[in-house]
Amino acid sequence: MSTTTRPIKPLGQRPRILQMQDVDKTFNGSVVALRRMALSVNEGDFISLLGPSGCGKSTALRLIAGLMRPTAGRILWEGGQGADDLGVVFQEPTLMPWATVAHNVYLPFRLRGDRFAKVSDRIHEVLSLVGLEKFADSYPRELSGGMKMRVSIARALVTNPRLILMDEPFAALDEITRQKLNNDLLSLKAATGCTVIFVTHSVFESVFLSDRILVMAPRPGRVVKEITIDEPYPRDLAFRTSPEYAAHARATSDALMSAMGGTLMEVESHA
Amino acid sequence: MTITDTRTPALEAQPLYDEDEARHARSQRIESVARWLLPIIVVTLSIWGWSYLVRVNEIPHYILPGPGLVLQTLIEDWSILAGSALVTLQITLMALAVAIIGGVGLAILFNQSRFAEMCFFPYAVILQVTPIVSVAPLIFIYVESKFVALLLCAWIVAFFPILANTTLGLKSADHNLRDLMTIYRATRWQRLIHLQLPSALPYFLGGLRIAGGLALIGAIVAEYVAGTGGVGSGLAFRILEAGYRLNIPRMFAALLLIAVMGVIIFMSTTLISHFLLRKWHESAVKRET
Repeated sequence: MSTTTRPIKPLGQRPRILQMQDVDKTFNGSVVALRRMALSVNEGDFISLLGPSGCGKSTALRLIAGLMRPTAGRILWEGGQGADDLGVVFQEPTLMPWATVAHNVYLPFRLRGDRFAKVSDRIHEVLSLVGLEKFADSYPRELSGGMKMRVSIARALVTNPRLILMDEPFAALDEITRQKLNNDLLSLKAATGCTVIFVTHSVFESVFLSDRILVMAPRPGRVVKEITIDEPYPRDLAFRTSPEYAAHARATSDALMSAMGGTLMEVESHA
Repeated sequence: MTITDTRTPALEAQPLYDEDEARHARSQRIESVARWLLPIIVVTLSIWGWSYLVRVNEIPHYILPGPGLVLQTLIEDWSILAGSALVTLQITLMALAVAIIGGVGLAILFNQSRFAEMCFFPYAVILQVTPIVSVAPLIFIYVESKFVALLLCAWIVAFFPILANTTLGLKSADHNLRDLMTIYRATRWQRLIHLQLPSALPYFLGGLRIAGGLALIGAIVAEYVAGTGGVGSGLAFRILEAGYRLNIPRMFAALLLIAVMGVIIFMSTTLISHFLLRKWHESAVKRET
């Protein structure tokens, strides 16, 4: 049960793990939440779904998570989907307040019938990956917002899933904590080689974290552009202040603006 | 920068506790003493007032006995009263136990099957809103065993708050955690055990605190309805019996025992609630600042 570090191959040579084929999602027969979304997720990708509210990015995530079915189109897992293929991190930490940190992380194992003693090594290993090994026996209410989020990430990582879905996980945190967690997330990714789909509405966050950004637009929700950030990991403060970063942020921001079909003003009024 | 510069020397010069904090600490100390002392003083004063009124107005003991006489009766009649109190307590606790099983069981059934809820919830409401005093005579006609009839009455009164609260609690599990259960392919049973029941615990305990008091009331009311005709021997029976004999001090003594029992039941349920929730639930957590 030790961490299997999957080596991350360069973009373009990564084996595919999941494919969305022209996926539509319509609510109440009239509201088009997502139109003809096509996406190929490859092992080791860090993909950001970037867009304003109502662009269908959370809908896309819920479809991949299997929490709802597409109205049309297909979502295909390479080799079929197993119970351990997914880890999810929500916008809120979503911890069980009655359980200790270790038992919260134990949840995915418990649901598949593993005894705590059998997996406790793995649980402590993941907790130390997110820097919380000293808090295994604490209750969630004793932790800060950032620490709770780390527990949530540890829980998503603990089964070593093929794909981790993150739905604006750091949106509710303060800027300093968020930057710290962004850095830590990249270290975690380097350490485990996991594949991530990350929903965000922050251009800077998406550029810093991802190697692929899907820019999305609302009404109807759709992908309007894919941007590749082919910059080496690990990325750090130096990358955050580099001209490359600024250029990518500029390009992404422009793509977002033109996707909205107009000025920032209009975007604001729609949000 | 100037702000820090002016503040740093001031900080060194002043003591660690400022006036505000000293005042706060003082008021907390006073409050912690007052919390115990005030009720004791008030109770002592009212007992003294009661005794004084009885003495000064020379009220005969068959109208209003003084507190001394009540206490004396309680001690003298202890063998009779304690036995009766035990009977009432037994019915109350058994009714509460059955109410917990029935209330939680029905809540889980309603939660698992919406159709069951649609079918049976109206009956739960009807049982709850119909005054027990008016149903009890029928129960005593149809149910042969008087003990079972008493139990049934107390149960009818006590089970609804547990059912209503637990039903609400089972529904109020965090929706993201429910999604997580779906993603990890939890079975219905696992979802119930690992998510819904713990989420419902604080609600259930709130219901339990209400039901504890109600079970006692139900038991007493049912005994009153059953009257002195049967083989009754609970506290309410003693009150009725003493009333017929104009033994007012014994009525008061029995009343006192009922009140004490009610308080003990309430305190126990509160204590249980505290111990089950103290580690994680907001209601049991003391703020440190």
